[in-house]
Parts: sequence; structure tokens; C-alpha cells
Amino acid sequence: MPHFPKPAEGSWTEHYPDLGTGPISYADSTSPEVYERERDAIFSRTWLNVGRVEQLPKVGSYFTRELDAARTSIVVVRASKDEIRAFYNICRHRGNKLVWTDYPGEETSGTCRQFTCKYHGWRYNLNGACTFVQQESEFFGLDKNDYPLASVQADVWEGFIFVNLDPANTTPLRDYLGKFAKGIEGYPFHELTQVHKYRAEVGSNWKLFIDAFAEFYHAPILHAKQSVAEESRKLSDVGYEALAYELDGPHGMVSTWTGGGEPPDLNMVKPIERKVRSGLFGPWDAPDIVDELPPGLNPSGNKLWGLDSYLFFPNFMVLIWKENWVITYHYWPTSYNTHIFEGTCYFAPPKNARERVAQELAVVTFKEYALQDGNTLEATQTMLESRTHVTTFPLNDQEVLLRHLHKTAHRYVSEYEQQRPRTPATV
Amino acid sequence: MPGTLPADFTDLEPFVDWAIPTERARYAKRISSTMEELQAFYDAAFPRVDDTMAHLEQFSLDALPDDAKRLLWLYCSLMTVSFPVEVWRQPRVPDSGAAAFDAVLEPAI
Repeated sequence: MPHFPKPAEGSWTEHYPDLGTGPISYADSTSPEVYERERDAIFSRTWLNVGRVEQLPKVGSYFTRELDAARTSIVVVRASKDEIRAFYNICRHRGNKLVWTDYPGEETSGTCRQFTCKYHGWRYNLNGACTFVQQESEFFGLDKNDYPLASVQADVWEGFIFVNLDPANTTPLRDYLGKFAKGIEGYPFHELTQVHKYRAEVGSNWKLFIDAFAEFYHAPILHAKQSVAEESRKLSDVGYEALAYELDGPHGMVSTWTGGGEPPDLNMVKPIERKVRSGLFGPWDAPDIVDELPPGLNPSGNKLWGLDSYLFFPNFMVLIWKENWVITYHYWPTSYNTHIFEGTCYFAPPKNARERVAQELAVVTFKEYALQDGNTLEATQTMLESRTHVTTFPLNDQEVLLRHLHKTAHRYVSEYEQQRPRTPATV
Repeated sequence: MPGTLPADFTDLEPFVDWAIPTERARYAKRISSTMEELQAFYDAAFPRVDDTMAHLEQFSLDALPDDAKRLLWLYCSLMTVSFPVEVWRQPRVPDSGAAAFDAVLEPAI
């Protein structure tokens, strides 16, 4: 018996009939060949979030991103007060990586007036124009104007910087992000400048970790030992139901209640949480930074609302909490069964030590849950890859976003390959 | 080390090695400690949370004296050790194996 109303069709899943309700295959998560096709069809052609504007505070501020899934490295720079640009991180002379520090494979950041190649000293301004060639007269009729840095499409939505590596992709960023992004425009992301960022190398396919965070069905079970004993028993008896799910093109969202804010019974939470007034769901006392929630949040209008979690395809999740803080997740594939996971918590700057410690408790608690989630994924990946003759898996209605994610990834690959008939489409 | 913490907090001096500036290092100390060590630190620090906050709230966060800064680091460590002491009775979260999730960016105190 549902605690919250479902669509007229009887379930969230059947509300979107293309999804079907049958068991699904996870062959898309265990195959090097499928991954190679995802690299071409998804990561080399969709808008990818690579950072926030606060990382580029002044003209000349830059950072690099290693986009292994798209087989490249880029440098993102504030070229002028109002313009952020992105370039392939390659020198036009003989292909050396242009911006790096000590280890060519590691990301770096800084501020500069121009980019200088470490190899032969070619220089480029912040707009990518080649401004200096070492011993230019030794070349044969070389015109520096013919050798600017190779540009990458870049755009900013609500302070989030996106790039698109496909010059033929003419879909503007806002059109791509669709109604979910429009619905949360105006949220004061720019106020949340107190940033804690974590990174893990995870031994699973990138989609499996998105699966883990696109459903809360697992929460009362996997994380049972995170709650005080009595609360844990109650949670697993009741199970989990979301307030609402929605899909929009390749993107999906879940709207949910949480245990956020001050609990009705203080014995539900640990002593440290009572003392510091904080926990997994963030500090209980929300900073006063939101005049009115953007219309897209809490789509079911439920007074129990606590969190909306958006998945912007392919690999960017934004979680907006009722207590006025935000988490983002990024999943950067490095092979068919490994990826780099980034989890970033954004708070309003603390006004005093009490608020700082409350944020610290939220962040270290978040870390514990992520450790359990990440480790469980390796257990999933190894068994999916093993020869068990178990090939399909049932997904329930609270896992509707997973069904949609895998279907969307598959659709991107097949549509891309249909446009390129020489590449066989076999999955 | 005389006076590493504010004068009213000399009872916490035996635990001043928990006054660590970064989360990554605080966590590393936690998982290389025994439960007895975590419990002893928790038992000393937890009852003084309110005193500590009252002391630290006298200052602006970006102008903390060095001894107050160390006290705040120490209480960030209390957050780090609270889960093992209050719930798991082990330094690592259950079912996390060798998984790592490392801070790559955090606000300096």
C-alpha cells in the first residue's frame, strides 16, 4: 500500500510506457566493447559539467580536466570578466600537453596571463590565439594566426560550467538540460561557496554508481548500521517510497522526504547529532539564503518534502536539500569497470565555529555513507562480470530512474551508430 | 607544548594530537587508532562541546587565535571519531573494505 500517491497508471514506471516493466540486462556494464561505444556516443557528444564559476575567480584563472571517457584533456579558463572558454589541452606545435604540473595525467589549476608550452615555449593568450613561436624564422612560411588552440564549446548554467566536445552538436546547453534545469533556475547556488570535495576511484562501471544514488530503496538496508538500533529496525520495516519521480528526455529526478531538520524525537539520532544539531541530512538549522524556492522544487507539493535529486545525463547529479545546502555527484569513467567518483558538498559560509562544526559533521557523515556505497559497488561489479548464468535483473518501481538511465545510454549508442552505418550495432 | 589550547581547556591537552588541520589527516589518524584511543578522546572531548563552542564564538572564524584554531581542529576530529564510538565499535564504517574517499578540497580553518 503506497504511502504517497502514484500516477493514474498505477506506478511511476508505467507512467512512462517506453520503459517497460520486465527484468533488465546489465550487459551494458560489463563489456569493454559497450564502453568504447559509450565513449563515442555519449561522453564525446553530450554537455558535461566540468566545474563551477567560483573555481575561476579572476581573468586568467584556469583548471584542467582529464576527460578519459572522451579520450581527451581540456583546459577551462576565464578569458575575460564575462567569458569562460575551453580548449583542448594540446600545443599546436607538436602535440605536447599544454597545461600540466609535474604529472601529465593529473589535473591542475592556477592563474596565468598566457599559456606557455613546457616543450618549446610556444605561447597562447587566454582566447587561444598563438602569440609567440620560438625561433619563428626557422619555420617555413608559418603564420601564427593559423595555429590557435583548438576550441571546445563551453557554456554556463547557474554557475555550473559545461563543455561539449562535439562541434556538430548545436543543441544549446539550456535546451539540453531541459525543464528540470529551468525549474530550479534562481536557486542561490552562488551563495553556497563553502565547498568540501571528495574523490574516489571506484571499481565499477559508471552507471552502477549512478544506480546506487538514483534509488533510496537500498538506504534502510545497506546503511542500517548508520542509525541507532531502534530507528534502524523501524526504517527497514517501513522500507522506502519517494514522493515523486519525473523524467524529461535523457534526464530524471526523484523528490523525497528525508530525516532532515530537527527530528521529532531526539532519541532517533546519535548523541553527537543532538549536540551539534547536524547529521547526514545536513545542519538542522538552515541558513537564511532562500527567499522562495524555485517552482521546480518539490513537484508534488508535499509538506514532508526534504530533497530533490536530479540526474542530468550522462553523469552529473545535483541534490538540493530543504535545509539550504547542495551536493553534486560526478561519475567519470576510466574503463568499463572503473570510474572516478566525485562528491561535493556546498554550504553557505559558516558564521561561527558552531556552524562550521555542524557542517563538518554533515560532511564526514556523508563520507561514511559513500564509503559503504562505493565498496558495495565493487561487490556488484565482480559478480555481474562472473559467469553465473544470471543475466537479467528485476527492477521495482522505486528503481524507475535506473531503468531510464540504462535505456537512455543504450538509446544514445544506437542512435549515434545508426547515423554511422559502418559501425555495427549489436547490443 | 605549553598553552597549545586555550587556558580553560587544559584537560584536553593530552589529546592535542587530534588538533589536525585537514579532514584527510584526521580520518587517517582515526583508522590507525584503537577503539580504546578513540573512546578516551571522545569521553574527554564530548562533554566539553558546549564550552568549546561558547569559547570559539567569541571570535570571527577568519580571525581565530592559534590556540582557538587548534581547539576547533580538535573538535572537527571529534566529529570524525563520533560514528565509530557511538555506533560501530570499530574505526572503519562496516562493509567498506579497503574503499577510500579522499578530501581533495576543503575550506581551511
